[in-house]
Amino acid sequence: MGVDKKGFFGDFGGAFIPEMLFPNVEELQKNYLGIINSSQFIKELSVLLRDYAGRPSPLYFASRLSNHYKTRIFLKREDLNHTGSHKINNTLGQILLAKKLGKTRIIAETGAGQHGVATATVCALFGLECVVFMGEKDMKRQKPNVERMKMLGAKVIAATCGSKTLKDATNEAIRDWISNPGNTYYLIGSVVGPHPYPDMVAKFQSVISKEIKQQLKEKTGNENPDYVLACVGGGSNAMGAFYHFIDKPKSKKKKKVNLIGVEAAGKGINSGFSAATTALGTEGIIHGSKTILMQNSDGQITEPHSISAGLDYPGIGPQHAHLFKTKRAIYPSVTDNEALKAAFLLAKLEGIIPALESAHALAYLEKLYAKEKETVVVCLSGRGDKDMETFLAMMDK
Amino acid sequence: MNSIKELFLSKKKNLLSIYFTAGFPQINSTCKILDELIKNGVDLVEIGIPFSDPLADGPSIQKSSEIALKNGMNLSFLFEQLIQYRKKSIQKKNQIPLILMGYFNPVLQFGIEKFCEKCNEAGISGTIIPDLPFDEYNKHYWKLFNKSGLKNIFLITPQTSEDRIKEIDKVSEGFIYAVSSASTTGNFLKIKDDTNSYFEKLNSMKLKNPVMVGFGIFNRETFQKACRFANGAIIGTAFINSLRTNKTLKSDIKQFVEKIR
Repeated sequence: MGVDKKGFFGDFGGAFIPEMLFPNVEELQKNYLGIINSSQFIKELSVLLRDYAGRPSPLYFASRLSNHYKTRIFLKREDLNHTGSHKINNTLGQILLAKKLGKTRIIAETGAGQHGVATATVCALFGLECVVFMGEKDMKRQKPNVERMKMLGAKVIAATCGSKTLKDATNEAIRDWISNPGNTYYLIGSVVGPHPYPDMVAKFQSVISKEIKQQLKEKTGNENPDYVLACVGGGSNAMGAFYHFIDKPKSKKKKKVNLIGVEAAGKGINSGFSAATTALGTEGIIHGSKTILMQNSDGQITEPHSISAGLDYPGIGPQHAHLFKTKRAIYPSVTDNEALKAAFLLAKLEGIIPALESAHALAYLEKLYAKEKETVVVCLSGRGDKDMETFLAMMDK
Repeated sequence: MNSIKELFLSKKKNLLSIYFTAGFPQINSTCKILDELIKNGVDLVEIGIPFSDPLADGPSIQKSSEIALKNGMNLSFLFEQLIQYRKKSIQKKNQIPLILMGYFNPVLQFGIEKFCEKCNEAGISGTIIPDLPFDEYNKHYWKLFNKSGLKNIFLITPQTSEDRIKEIDKVSEGFIYAVSSASTTGNFLKIKDDTNSYFEKLNSMKLKNPVMVGFGIFNRETFQKACRFANGAIIGTAFINSLRTNKTLKSDIKQFVEKIR
């Protein structure tokens, strides 16, 4: 189920980019595997992940949540990483790569600001100039993260076109890259964009499922759970959590893992205010790759809606599109309200405030009906500090 | 013979190509703009298919696309307009090559085969699809385009390697679109002296295709500079900016072309 030489996962992927980006993308395509598979790179990255990011992140048995849902629930605590989400796994990897390629200026897009903060962080760490593009709407609803990026020395530029969210921030980042081809590295935050980004980001995030396997084996004696749940905007934490479970086990004794990517239904799939891409989307091209996206019959990209800025995106990564089409994973969705409820439930039962994005994965536990003896791993991709304003507004109601 | 080929056989220097977004400033502007451009002696016209997410475009063309989409422009309607226009222009005998320029997704959703057939029916001679890569086009779409007599025009930039330029020149027909600098459309500050070395390199490569320079061309000076090295130049953003309202199109366009030529 891996990527082919042209950057396709089955029917999806590729590099549908204007010629202006060709030299940059080709440079990455030709070099990324050689660099990230070299023993020196692996060593440097693993030290950073351990000593700087705080990996491995714990796999926590959530006993009260398990009692509530009458099943066995483990939370993969990506919220405990430095910067507060899984995004640091990818930014550490890509900043090392950018260094090796001799780049001096880093640009990134961000939705919830988690990737922006993680990028600003590694740029500070390596002393590189950092410019983050963020939708104007998202800058308002994720203000704490805007302030963090600024304190870390990044320049945050508002994307003011279209829906003023992640899609538009990505457009602006690509335009900047077109205009600065020499010194600039585009540090994409999700498993989207032209080849090799979807594959590369998945590889950097695959540490999540690698650790889940080891930790679950220690805790339960079985490295494979029955279900893995993760939220999907572009889908980087989900791809990281799925990665080592995608191929079916060779031994019949081992279980096949059910992979569930939870999308944001917004105000409801048919409300006109939704970001449930697989439910509402069709095949097409967005941000340089062929995938499933929300669009009208003329091929104009639809403005999505989700309460969660990180999931407010009209596409999904091409590998997710492939897993969806081949039915290896399913992609249900939960609404804004269901996600909010799940966030409050986790706070109450486990003393953990999740990010609104991760709350979507948690909300699906209501609909999963897992059996008592089954094991469910939920990727808790980020913490909810950035969402306090939204949570407080909910409490006032 | 394809009318782009014919044009470059009959005229080798100072060709002026104008880009405009279909459906801007109003939905029925398309044919009026075409008429005026032809009357004022423009050699080639690129008609932009509006797209919600134009990655390679700066603010002006983005805005014109947004307005065009709000006006209800789409490919089906554009083809209707162009097919009607063609019927009239055959009577008037004022035909110049028309090129459709747009991003790949709207074309893909319309259906590539249908798109090519409609282009043929509407008298379109070429296409520019910036985010349809060269390899992908050659592998999957070349035959369909060829069947409809369409020349797909490829872009090169100052960063494109000589080997790739040669490769693009080999399979190109019509002309090569040389992007003047690393930029999105509408950046008028980027054409600098170092652009000369890139143009000189192109000249020395003795390409088999004519070269038209685009991006950053906005007045007589930049037009003439581009024409010194290439067969002609393409103006988009500056033209879009010069269009005020539907009513003033006639005088806006006359003035604009006179200022360039």
